[in-house]
Amino acid sequence: MTILRIPSPLRPYAGGVSELQIQAENVGQAIEKLTEQYPPLRTHLFSEEGELRPFVNLFLNEEDVRHLQGQETPLHDGDKLMILPSIAGGSQRPS
Amino acid sequence: MNIYLPKDLMDKIHDHGEGTYPEEGAGLLLGRDEDENRVVVDVLPLPNNREDSARHNRYVITPQHLFEGEKQAEARGLDVIGVFHSHPDHPNRPSEFDRTWAVPWFSYIITSVEKGQAVDSRSWRLADDRQKFNEERIVIMETVSR
Repeated sequence: MTILRIPSPLRPYAGGVSELQIQAENVGQAIEKLTEQYPPLRTHLFSEEGELRPFVNLFLNEEDVRHLQGQETPLHDGDKLMILPSIAGGSQRPS
Repeated sequence: MNIYLPKDLMDKIHDHGEGTYPEEGAGLLLGRDEDENRVVVDVLPLPNNREDSARHNRYVITPQHLFEGEKQAEARGLDVIGVFHSHPDHPNRPSEFDRTWAVPWFSYIITSVEKGQAVDSRSWRLADDRQKFNEERIVIMETVSR
């Protein structure tokens, strides 16, 4: 089982849960199972095109999965997967 | 929908925006929800992690800083409840870029800083369908934060 940590802004859409245990073969499957269990999360994690939104970062045992095998990164018992958004914004489009 | 903010924390937010001008300054809001209202208990100014050339109209708080902020909040029995950031020489309304990158549930306090002086702050929350922001009223408390 993998421990999946949910950041504070997404917890209201996951029944207030901050951590849950998930059985999944890889990172992508874990996120899919999360959104199946808590459908309101899907709008905020995925774009209309089904891609992870740009501010969504996934860390497996404190390493960004982009540096591993992305959503294909395999999971093992005792792994800790964290969803951590980048917080970004700004006043206008860059010139 | 109101967000309660001690005056000294509003001053701290404004000071941060003035100190980072002409670049955008940002940080986290720590607090709690009480019924339908939100109370800010502390603010955590943070570095703007955007590259130098973009900081005049962009800010980034890294996931690592958010994680550290969450740990600090949890240790104090609080939550990270939002973000504050400044708009140098620009209105304190969310931009389309703000909307694209916004996370739900958070309060976004935006401060307009004109010619180095903080003018006014407004607070916004992303609608659940992500199509717009809804404004929430900032209520300034005269009590000092703890």
